Amino acid sequence: MPKALQRLFLGLLLLLPLAVQAADADYFIAAKANEQARLLQDWAAQPDPARLELLSSLQQGRIAPGDTRKLRLNNRLRGLVDNALASHQLLSTDSAVRLAAARQLQKSAQPAQVAFLDRRFAGEADASVHAALALALANLQLVDSDPAVRLAAVRLLGETGDPMARTRLQTLLEPGVESTASVRTAAETSLAQVKRKLLIGELLGQAFSGLSLGSILLLAALGLAITFGLLGVINMAHGEMLMLGAYATYVVQILVQRYAPEAIAFYPLIALPVAFAVSAGVGMLLERTVIRHLYGRPLETLLATWGISLILIQTIRLLFGAQNVEVANPAWLSGGIQVLPNLVLPYSRLVIIAFALFVVVLTWLLLNRTRLGLNVRAVTQNRNMAACCGVPTGRVDMLAFGLGSGIAGLGGVALSQIGNVGPDLGQSYIIDSFLVVVLGGVGQLAGSLWAAFGLGIANKLLEPQIGAVLGKILILALIILFIQKRPQGLFALKGRVID
Amino acid sequence: MKRRSLIKAFTLSASIAAMGLSWSIQAAETIKVGILHSLSGTMAISETSLKDMALMTIEQINAKGGVNGKLLEPVVVDPASNWPLFAEKGRQLLTQDKVAVVFGCWTSVSRKSVLPVFEELNGLLFYPVQYEGEEMSPNVFYTGAAPNQQAIPAVEYLMSDDGGAAKRYFLLGTDYVYPRTTNKILRAFLHSKGVADKDIEEVYTPFGHSDYQTIVANIKKFSAGGKTAVISTVNGDSNVPFYKELANQGLKATDVPVVAFSVGEEELRGIDTKPLVGHLAAWNYFESVDNPVNSQFVADWQAYAKAKNLPGADKAVTNDPMEATYVGIHMWAQAVEKAKSTDVDKVREALAGQTFKAPSGYTLTMDKSNHHLHKPVMIGEIQDDGQFNVVWETEQPLRAQPWSPFIPGNDKRPDYAVKGN
Repeated sequence: MPKALQRLFLGLLLLLPLAVQAADADYFIAAKANEQARLLQDWAAQPDPARLELLSSLQQGRIAPGDTRKLRLNNRLRGLVDNALASHQLLSTDSAVRLAAARQLQKSAQPAQVAFLDRRFAGEADASVHAALALALANLQLVDSDPAVRLAAVRLLGETGDPMARTRLQTLLEPGVESTASVRTAAETSLAQVKRKLLIGELLGQAFSGLSLGSILLLAALGLAITFGLLGVINMAHGEMLMLGAYATYVVQILVQRYAPEAIAFYPLIALPVAFAVSAGVGMLLERTVIRHLYGRPLETLLATWGISLILIQTIRLLFGAQNVEVANPAWLSGGIQVLPNLVLPYSRLVIIAFALFVVVLTWLLLNRTRLGLNVRAVTQNRNMAACCGVPTGRVDMLAFGLGSGIAGLGGVALSQIGNVGPDLGQSYIIDSFLVVVLGGVGQLAGSLWAAFGLGIANKLLEPQIGAVLGKILILALIILFIQKRPQGLFALKGRVID
Repeated sequence: MKRRSLIKAFTLSASIAAMGLSWSIQAAETIKVGILHSLSGTMAISETSLKDMALMTIEQINAKGGVNGKLLEPVVVDPASNWPLFAEKGRQLLTQDKVAVVFGCWTSVSRKSVLPVFEELNGLLFYPVQYEGEEMSPNVFYTGAAPNQQAIPAVEYLMSDDGGAAKRYFLLGTDYVYPRTTNKILRAFLHSKGVADKDIEEVYTPFGHSDYQTIVANIKKFSAGGKTAVISTVNGDSNVPFYKELANQGLKATDVPVVAFSVGEEELRGIDTKPLVGHLAAWNYFESVDNPVNSQFVADWQAYAKAKNLPGADKAVTNDPMEATYVGIHMWAQAVEKAKSTDVDKVREALAGQTFKAPSGYTLTMDKSNHHLHKPVMIGEIQDDGQFNVVWETEQPLRAQPWSPFIPGNDKRPDYAVKGN
């Protein structure tokens, strides 16, 4: 179609706002990718409210609600659709929509949109949208012909902590790009400002990843802190208790989906007691049938529990298959909260940190404030004396082992939300769990807490410097050295009764 | 009482006779075929479905009367993701079971482990997975892609306007031979396209790595410096936490597309793919490819999974290595018919130039000299249903270059298979 005719055609369409929607859609579908890209750029520069519906459908990957024709978009077109849609949304009457649109335009606006943005900027009444638009404009005004406009833009960019601002300012400062001295000086100041803000975001980010990794290590190790730490059973099947918890979550997810789809958002909460019960049940069964015959024989316990772990893995493989199963995050555990321009805190990780602390408190209360806890502590400290005082040691052993396994099951629920759920899940956590318990000091809950967070943060501080592979090796070497120097771990059990 | 025992005795003897009969038929009329895939351990997630696909293909060939009038008899062994055990089991298949051919291996390290055994005993191995190249044994036929049939076209796509015209590349991989070699080739290729070292970042993680917070944060930081694409050779189930972290930290495909070389339909089964729409994978086949051969292939597989009650059968998917397994077995069967023998040397000769109408929609050819298939390359985008939508493909199948021209010294390598390199 000749260009003029096409323009006329489009012009005519503008006269018929009702027909615009359908005609635009048809034209868009029929066009080749390059033409589609050009069309989207044109639309972004000259928004028309009638196209809003088409663009939001396109963003959803459809042509129109109910239209079943196949739409083929690629990433480049998707980016342009986002940008064009944001342009259109600036015309919205809802200031929240306009704000989101202005934020999108800060990332994606093209020079052709300057005139339109200028108009919206002048007419914007809402203060926060106004500020966001100013920034979106500033990005584009760095190449304005008027030095005064450029100067204002550079100053504005200095006030953001946006990673893109750094690149833009750096480009501006490259030799031969900016000639006006005052703008250059301002750009240098702004760049330093931006870099400082980015650094803060990065450090906070690292601290958060450390905490998050620590909380995961803690959840994985807490059950072991009881079975190994308190009972002294070298429990190689501990990882499989985590795995059982994760599979319990999977089964609960499926059941909830089938029988109570309206409650699907809360399935992880339903999964918690189920996972606890399953893991604790299996744990107690193992204790009764295998482990209690092996008390005081660490080597045999180690081999027997290792064998059990293999049996459990293969059983799960037979029941659910070798492939990983899909445990979907409910909406409230997906995505994250944007704290700084370069720092997003994922909800799932925030929840897991809180959950880890909750489980620690729960365990602590159970061990220190209940009759069962008292019995467990009595049996660990001096089995014979406890038995003499009428503590049913066999039953306490069983319950304590069940408790440790059950807590591992709870850890499994949390792990299912961030990683893989497969038969081998436990294998990847067992070594870390032992590291945490041994480093923290056997027989101490507080030790495990400090060791988990310490390892998490140390790992995350080392990783960016020397990479994930070397970091892991270095951490292991450091722990070995530490244990050589201090075999009892960070926190040693005080008192006279250590066998 | 008496009558009952008589009946019992009769059935017993009849069944013994039947057993003996079927035994003698089997002994005389079958060709043994070895299947060497891990059914336990870390690689079970990927390799189990290849074993099942091999069994299905063999069943189909048998249903049509077998090869040269003889039925195929699969011998399945489990090397348990244990690399030295691959060599042991391979030797067992060749010397004890005396199989005519072996279909197997996934990781490059397992293939390297069995290679000396197959070369020593003059066995025949079909390897169905994309790999790093740098190998061409007369005892192996490679039905997966070489780097120029996957990695390089994928990067060319990322450089094009439609792929987002990326200027910076973040090479992320698991720490072993395949990602390291592939990235070495890619770095040389990027240099040849004028990408400077400051615009290439190379990062490796251990096997089974599950905490991608720092790496995703680094990708974000790196991408602020210009249009960035991530090239992922992350292997196995580490991909799940990686993609989850990407989604949670709000890194979208429109900002930073990730193109993966080891992520297929099977791996996506464990992930909710809605936040991943638009990320890419490069393969030579996708389940979503629309052609009659593929529709039949997918339908057969789904029916087979259901009939055999495979785990997760209701969501059974096909992927590239499964297609490569299927093609490999059929090509071998054709070659045996052509050679009228299962003798390795005769079959090898008959395989050169063998063609097969593959589910990818192309007629694939086994190269006359280099033991690799000519394959089409497809770039697919992840869809919200866990399938891929092909956004780009080559016009015709490409010939493999196992010795990549981007690695110095390879220009002196011979373009035919030689033992021991």
